[in-house]
This record gives sequence, C-alpha cells and structure tokens, in this order.
Amino acid sequence: MLTEALVVSAVLFVVGTFGVLVRRNAIIMFLCIELQLNAANLAFVAFSRHLGIDGQIFVFFVMTVAAAEAAVGLAIIIAIFRHYQTVSVDNFNLLKW
Amino acid sequence: MTLPLGYFGMQAGYEVQAAQGGAGEAFEPFLPGLVILLPLLGFLLNGALALAASRRSADAVRGGGELDFFHGKERPLTHVLPTWIGPGVIGLAFVIVLVNFFRMLGADLQEPIVRTYWTWMATGTLQVDAALQLDQLSMVMMLVVTGVSFLIHIFSVGYMGQDQGYPRYFAYLNLFVFFMLTLVMGANFLVLFVGWEGVGFCSYILIGYWFSDREKADAGKKAFIVNRIGDFGFLVAMFFIYTAFGTLNFTGVFDAAPSTLVYGGGLVTAITLLLLLGATGKSAQIPLYVWLPDAMAGPTPVSALIHAATMVTAGVYMVARTSVLFALAPVGGLSVALIGAATALVAATIGLAQYDIKKVLAYSTISQLGFMFIGVGVGAYAAGIFHLMTHAFFKALLFLGSGAVIHAMHHALHHTHNHADPQDMRNMGGLKKFMPVTWIVMWIATLAIAGIWPFAGFFSKDEIIWYAGARAAGTYGAWFTLIWIVALATAMITAVYMTRLMIMTFHGANRTGREEARHLHEAPWVMTIPLMILAVLSVFGGWVNVPQDIAESFMGGFGLLPMTEWLHEWLYPVVGVAKGIQVANAGDFSHYSPAGGGEFTWALMSTLAALVVVLISARVVGAFKIRPASESPEPTGVKKVLFKKYYVDEIYDGLVVQPILKASRFAWKVIDAGVVDGIANGLGHTARAMGWFGSLFQTGSVNTYALFLAIGVLVILGVIAF
Repeated sequence: MLTEALVVSAVLFVVGTFGVLVRRNAIIMFLCIELQLNAANLAFVAFSRHLGIDGQIFVFFVMTVAAAEAAVGLAIIIAIFRHYQTVSVDNFNLLKW
Repeated sequence: MTLPLGYFGMQAGYEVQAAQGGAGEAFEPFLPGLVILLPLLGFLLNGALALAASRRSADAVRGGGELDFFHGKERPLTHVLPTWIGPGVIGLAFVIVLVNFFRMLGADLQEPIVRTYWTWMATGTLQVDAALQLDQLSMVMMLVVTGVSFLIHIFSVGYMGQDQGYPRYFAYLNLFVFFMLTLVMGANFLVLFVGWEGVGFCSYILIGYWFSDREKADAGKKAFIVNRIGDFGFLVAMFFIYTAFGTLNFTGVFDAAPSTLVYGGGLVTAITLLLLLGATGKSAQIPLYVWLPDAMAGPTPVSALIHAATMVTAGVYMVARTSVLFALAPVGGLSVALIGAATALVAATIGLAQYDIKKVLAYSTISQLGFMFIGVGVGAYAAGIFHLMTHAFFKALLFLGSGAVIHAMHHALHHTHNHADPQDMRNMGGLKKFMPVTWIVMWIATLAIAGIWPFAGFFSKDEIIWYAGARAAGTYGAWFTLIWIVALATAMITAVYMTRLMIMTFHGANRTGREEARHLHEAPWVMTIPLMILAVLSVFGGWVNVPQDIAESFMGGFGLLPMTEWLHEWLYPVVGVAKGIQVANAGDFSHYSPAGGGEFTWALMSTLAALVVVLISARVVGAFKIRPASESPEPTGVKKVLFKKYYVDEIYDGLVVQPILKASRFAWKVIDAGVVDGIANGLGHTARAMGWFGSLFQTGSVNTYALFLAIGVLVILGVIAF
C-alpha cells in the first residue's frame, strides 16, 4: 500500500517539476508548484500510517502555507498581467545581475 | 732622497725632525672652519643676488623689455656686488690659509690636527664626525685651491662681466670652492666623499652653465654620469674600509692599516683598485676620461679652475691621502701608475691633432693628470703632489690665457657678425701682435709644461719620471720600465702639441680676417694681472722642491736654492709611513736608473731634448700652410684617427651607451609594459571574463533558475545516495 502511494507521489512530483521547468504560462507554473506540494502531502500522509500522526499534522501546515502562497502569488500574477498584458514568464526576465 | 726611513711613520718622522735641527712649538690652527665657511657665505650671498637678478630680468621680459636688462645702462647692484663678494670671500679664505701655513711652518707637526665639530651620524658601531683635518698635505692643497681659485675669480670678473648670469656664476664658483675645501680638509672618508660629490655637482652645473644650449647641458650630464661610475668604486671601497677597520677616520684607518692589513693581500688590493676606479672618474683617467674634453663647454675660467687646477686633481690627492693603503698593495700602486702612463700617452697623442684650443688643453690636462698618477702610483707621493701643484699654476695659466684669446676672438668676430668658431686655432694666427702679454705668459706656461729648465714643470715632471724609472729595479720591474719609457715619450709629445698650439695661435700670419683683426685687443688688466701672477708661479713654483742632485749642479745654482727637497720634507709626516712600508717590502731604489746615469744626467738630457723638440716643432708647424677652419680640408689617415680621438666616444657609444639604451628600452617596452603591466591587466581581464561567463547563467528567466535548482537537488541527492 505504501509503495503504491509513494509511486503516485513521485509521479505527481515529477509531473509538477517538469511542468515548472517547461511551461511558460505563469498560472500553469503555479498549478505545477501546487502539484509538487500535493505530491509531498501525499507522501506525508502515506508515511503517517506507519510513523504516527506527525505527517498528517504537517500536511495541514503545508496546505495553509500553500493557500497563503496562492493568494500572494496570484496577486503578483495579476499585477504582472496588468503591466504586460500577458502572463508568459518569458517576459519577466528582470531577475538577474 | 736621503731621508732616514723607518717602517713606522712615528719613528721616521722624529728622525726627520731631528735632522732638520729645530723643533718648533705646537701648531695652533687659526680659524680652520672659517676657511670653508667663507666660500659658503659667498655662495649664499651671490645666490641671493642671482635670484634677485633673475626675478628682475623675468619682470623685464614680462613687461616686453630686453632680457639683457643692464645693457647700455648702469650696472645694477646685483651685478656690482658679486664682483666684490665672489673673489672677496676666496681672498679672505686664502689669507686665513696663509696664516695657518706660516704657523704650521714654524711648528713641529707630526700628527694631523683634527677639529671635530659635531657628530654627523652615529649608528651602531659606525660613528662619523663632521671633522676637519689639518696636516701638511691638506695645507698644500688648501694653498693651491684657495690661491689659484682667487686668481681665477679675479680673472672671471673680466671674462664673465658681460654675462647675463654673472651673480649666478659667482654663486656656483664659490660653492665649488666650498666643496673643494671640504674635500681636501675632511678628516674622514665620508666628509671627503661629501666634498667629492659636491665638486662633481658644481662641475655639472658649471659645465652646463649656459644651459639653454642643448650641447652644453648634455656635456654637463655626461660629466656627471661618467663620474657616478667612479663614485660607485669609491663607495664600495669605503664599505670595505669600514668592514676592515670599523672606522672611516683617516687617522684611525692609517694608524691601523700596517698592522691590520697583509702586505699585498687581497683585501687591501681590492680596496686600492676600487679607490683607483673612483680616482679615474674624478681625475679623468682611462677608462673614464671621456667627460673632460666635453667639459670644455663650460666658461673658460671654469675649465681653468675645475677641469685643470683643482677638482680633477682630487683623485691624485685621494691616492696620496690613502698612500698607506696603496703602499700596502703593490698591485694597486702599479695599476695606478699603469693607468696614468696609458692615459698620459693616449691623451697627449690626441692633443696633437685637435684644432679647438680648449680641446688641446683638455687633453693636455688629462695627460698631465696621467703623470701625477704615475707619480703617486710608483710611490713618489710627494712628487705627484708636487706636479699637482706646478700643474695647477701653469695649466690654470694656459686655460686663462686661452680664455683671454677666446675673449678677444669672440669680441672681434662679434663686432663683424662673423660666425666662425672663436676657439678654432685655424681661425687665429699671429695674435702675439695684438695680445703681447697673453703671448708672453702663454709661452712661459708652455715651457713650464714642456719641462724646460728652470720652469716649474721641469722639476716636478722630471721627478716623477725619475722615480718611475727607479722602481724598475724592484718587483714588476718590467712594467715600471715600460711606464718610464712611456713617460719620457709623453714628455716629448707634450712639448710638440704645446708648441703647435702656441705657433697656431700666436705666430704666423693672421687668419681672423682683416676687418676682424682691427677689433682684436689685449684683455683688460683684471684678466692680465692673474695671468702675470700665475706666470711668476709657473717660473718659480718648481723651486720649492729641487732634488738634491740637481740642486748641487748648475741647474740648481750650485746649492744656492733655499728650498731644496722642501716639499719632500714638508709632506714627510703624511706620506712617510707609506714610503716606509714601500722601502721595507719592496726596497729603496730611489737612486736607480734603468738606463744608467744619475738624476742630474737624465734631467739635463730631458730638458735639452724637450728644448730641441720645441724648436723643431716650432719650425715644422710654422712651415705648415694653415688655412682658416672653413677652408681647411677634413683630416685624413692617422691625423683623422687622432682628430676623432681614437673614436673612443663612438666605441663607448656602441659598446656601453647604445646597449644600455637598448636594454632600458627592452625593460620599458617588454618587461614593464609587457610583462608587469601584462600580469596586472591580465588579472583584471581574467576576473572580468569569469564574471561574464558566470553572468550567462543568470538569464532572468524563472524556468532556468528552477532548472538549476532541480539539477542541484538531484546532484545533492545523488551524492547522498551513492
């Protein structure tokens, strides 16, 4: 049972990582990050069956932080969209030097 | 030489004193410090006047006026006062020296009087005092320096009177005398070295006195740079002396030398050879003589004072001063004599083919300095100093006389706007009619330098040649025989080139041009009086030291001369120790002649030979058809080689100057601009390139950063896992 859950978690995480690396749409990248977080959550929950309640408590923390992050992140994306009229990350390359 | 000689100077000295039969009271120096302070005072006063004068002429030029602001008008105070201050301080110094001299004459002085004024430096074991030393040797030098300087200062009043920089000239001249007196009065090597460097500096500023002329400024630089090579040797010699003795004081070094140093040992030989290198620089000997002919670019009285009578004899003085060391190093002494002989011959032959009157005298000076080197080299220190003294008289006279000639020529050519060279003897001729006084005194000096009895040069030169021959009986006899032959030959060549100079300048037809000849005139009295005084000295100056053998013959008035062997006895307390060392180790050969015959015979023969040479060359040169410089053909053959001074300047240029220039350019272009700057710039470029490369990873794109992050995580995980 644990093995299947971890395989699903790993698949989800790889899909999320892949999405972050290759997609250019900020919203999609954001979704992919959520996917990675939830892959981690799934692993936590799966382990908590054998190692105690700690993993499940941690999942709540992650969800809380993810919610806060979504609020901030979406706000940033909206601000960027208002500026550039697009949400493609190709246009946001000021983060250098 | 019939003096009793002991190994140790003290004993020998007492014996001499007993032989003289009267021990006077102790010597009490009279204001010795003032002797050197007076010229310094003159320098300060004249220097202040020179600054004031230059400010005034600068103001005049700025106001649109003439630089030559005093021309035609009354001479300003800045040009009147130096006339009195310049010669005045030197005259006062001369008087003080005279007072000291007469006190020393009446006193019994065996050990030098040292006046210590303050401690100059005290570091560790080395203590150097600012101290002056008075003994018989420094007294002779002080007399010559202040006496001849005084006459030349007076001559300068006439010669330089119309010059723009008159006060500046006297300031420099006074400063020179100050340093020269420091040189001869210093009580340790370092004070001597201060004077040594000081006179070198004064020589530099006086050669380049007319500094706006590029050639003259370069001549000054050449003199300074060539002298530096010699100074290097002197400095290293001082280091050795300090290592060996722990002191630089003359008394300390010379008292300890006979017991500290091994006779003929490596250390003392090294010291003497290094000192010799220093002497060759200052006294213009092979290989460092090349600066002196160029030094003639300075005003003629400067040539007379610095480059004939005083400064260039500093090397001879230094060898005589360190005679104890040279006596302990037979190879060092022999090297001095050999260099002197080679220089005497080479310079004399060059002098045969020069046309510039001052160039002839310059090479003559080098040649005569060579004689002095032979003298002090063969151990005849008193004879070397004797020739130094007589040479100061007749060579100063020759230079000042040539100055009077150049002065007259310059005025004549100036009046007619002729641009011919006023120093070229081919442009002169027949000047005796216009300048009778100069003509007579110049002939006196010529006979003196040619070694004709009874003029001064006869006694001094003859003595040097005699002692050189006498050494042929001892060790290195073959070398000394060679030196003896070279000296004899050079004495004859001297007679030839001097007669040639006189005939070309004063005799034959006048070649200045008719219009110019009307403006030729005798020098003013302020210039002729020093000439006459020097002429008297050139006649009688040699009588202070007539050798015993000669004094008892007709050439010495059958013993009537009161000062027979006087200078020998006078200098004995100073050079006696050296003489003693030499006699104890190499034997006393002062009565030997390599070709037989006594001192009198040789003296008689040499003076007759010189006289014959003078007469023959007068006839030969007089018979030449000499044409003015502009119409003369270029010299050819041997004459050209001599005229071009054996191409020594060219050889030095090729072997030394150009390689150094090339090496410097290499160091500049390749090592400094290439390697050193390359490393510094390379570091900068490398840092920039690395930064540029690193910046490639910062695309600004979030995806790229995420990719690096992912790769990083994978790498870390990989490291942990495996």
